Amino acid sequence: MSAAPPSSLPRWADVVVLPAANLLAAFILSGLVVVAIGENPFQAMSILVTGAFGNAESIGYTLYYATNFVFTGLAVAIAFHAGLFNIGGEGQAYIGGLGVGLACLWLGGLLPAPIMVPVAILAGAAFGAAWATVPAYLQAYRGSHIVITTIMFNFIAASVMTYLMVNVLIKPGQQSPESHEFAAAATLPRLHEMAESFGLEMATSPLNLAFVWALLCAGWYHLFLWRTRWGYEIRAVGANETAAIYAGISPARITILVMAISGALAGFVALNELMGVHYRIILNFTGGYGFVGIAVALIGRNRALGICLASLLFGALYQGGSELSLDMPTVTRELVVVIQGLVILFCGALENVFRGRIAQLFRRLTPAAA
Amino acid sequence: MDTLLVLVSIIDATLRVATPLVLAALGGLYAERSGVVDIGLEGKMLGAAFAAAAVAAVSGSALLGLVAGVAVSVALALVHAYASVTHNGNQVVSGMAINIMVAGLAPTLGVAWFRQGGQTPQLAGDARFTPIDLPFARALESVPVVGQLYSEIISGHNLIVYIAAAAVPFSAWLVFRTRFGLRLRAVGENPHAVDTAGVSVADMRYRAMVLCGVLCGIAGAYLSTAHSAAFVRDMTAGKGYLALAALIFGKWKPWPTLTACLLFAFTDAVQVRLQGVPLPLVGVIPVQFIQAIPYILTVLLLAGFVGKAAAPRASGIPFVKDR
Repeated sequence: MSAAPPSSLPRWADVVVLPAANLLAAFILSGLVVVAIGENPFQAMSILVTGAFGNAESIGYTLYYATNFVFTGLAVAIAFHAGLFNIGGEGQAYIGGLGVGLACLWLGGLLPAPIMVPVAILAGAAFGAAWATVPAYLQAYRGSHIVITTIMFNFIAASVMTYLMVNVLIKPGQQSPESHEFAAAATLPRLHEMAESFGLEMATSPLNLAFVWALLCAGWYHLFLWRTRWGYEIRAVGANETAAIYAGISPARITILVMAISGALAGFVALNELMGVHYRIILNFTGGYGFVGIAVALIGRNRALGICLASLLFGALYQGGSELSLDMPTVTRELVVVIQGLVILFCGALENVFRGRIAQLFRRLTPAAA
Repeated sequence: MDTLLVLVSIIDATLRVATPLVLAALGGLYAERSGVVDIGLEGKMLGAAFAAAAVAAVSGSALLGLVAGVAVSVALALVHAYASVTHNGNQVVSGMAINIMVAGLAPTLGVAWFRQGGQTPQLAGDARFTPIDLPFARALESVPVVGQLYSEIISGHNLIVYIAAAAVPFSAWLVFRTRFGLRLRAVGENPHAVDTAGVSVADMRYRAMVLCGVLCGIAGAYLSTAHSAAFVRDMTAGKGYLALAALIFGKWKPWPTLTACLLFAFTDAVQVRLQGVPLPLVGVIPVQFIQAIPYILTVLLLAGFVGKAAAPRASGIPFVKDR
């Protein structure tokens, strides 16, 4: 990532105040878009919040969307730590879905669920990682820029998947390109079903076991990056490649390692979508979640907790946004995409705009420290 | 005779598909030659396509639509410049943000303003760019081969196709034969040297981004008011990224970039014809494979398996003046 200018901000302000200011700017502009299409932004905001958190069911949907964003957010963030921009989360998730889907289709009827689910997780990780490793190898050993290659790989993944869905995996005698349905052992239980079996009452929603896996991944991510030698090497390469080489770390090896992990994390989107909700492989199940991961990583400051909170925010935007489009006929679900774009713009590209001003403000407020 | 007709129609289709690619790729050329990586070509085109169709639908004038498209695209280019030049922001993030924002904004405004599910109303008459007959095109039509080629391939396109055709030699001249071009290339290779020579790096990069915006704006307007007769959702469908691939394939030079655009457009035109047609030796080639060819070729090129492509050295790196 680009070198940040010397920041005179205290750490907590850098992690809390600056993202908050950037988010606020993005939301104010989004409000102006709502005004431009002739609706009341405050009313829209209240429908959005109620739609996302108003009752137990909507919270379930919010968390279901957030699950995807935790995976893709972690995927983008871990690559950021090594100074790499993985724009290919979308394609990696798509190919990861191929791995998950093939495992579920072939082995779903043979293996019991406790073995089938880990196998599917491994398959998704392996396929996602493999798809990310090719651009990583090309960056590490052939000098081609990873941003461009991962963009190209998104398009190639889409072509591959369309071909396979239309010609190979399609359930015979069917119009829309969908695979056979997975066997029951190859599905993830919904959390409300699990709660019922313990005698607890929980609202019906697509929230499933993948949510728990996402939280585990976030926990693992934190420990891996800050408590292991590999995590240290990844951060060392990202912070100063020259120094890392001097310390005996091979940036090429780290590039491949970190991209494989990144692709594997992106591939887990398929667990939530295919095994948790659709129970079959469908076209375009990734639905742009890979790109949301960029926004999530940027707001979450590449930290596990931050990514979880940012995922919750985007989960709420997705769920609240669909409620909003039902309640306000002139508002479409694409409004959420606008907000997403503005958030990336302000939290990512324009993050330095407010930095100077906030730093100034802090200096004025704390003259003793200055 | 039949082969000639097929050939003519394929070349015709190639030119139609290549036009927005050429314009957007040349836009990207100015940006990247100045040292600004721009993956926001897609978003600028989409924004311009929407603005052009919306204004043309309301005003009934394709030219006003073109002006609106260019204005929107330049505005987006300036946002990118503001983020990446003035504030040294991450250029890839900024380009991505613009792409995503526009992909949401165009249908959002479209639904609210026109209430046709995100489309703009169908354009007719003066609200569209219509084919122009070059002099003697009709008279030469009956002349075999030469006359046919002239009247079918050279003549009978709309204004923007000719603009795109003129933009290539113009860009080649501007980038390689003028003082502006020398500074543009220098600022993308070694901004510190340019700065020492007393030329403002930021100023050069802003100018390059305006040029990029203008060209992407024309490309977008072409899509909605010349190639089609309305704006539809996700109209660019990856053409911005394809233009980026063509730019890389053309090694950041105008003429090779044109060749790459024509090659990509040709595969697209051929793909339509090859659907389900078995070829000798290989049989039926899947459509999806042909569609993926430009991306695969670009990856191979970047990896150094097919020639070598080296980007302007300072592209993507914010210029921070030594103090």
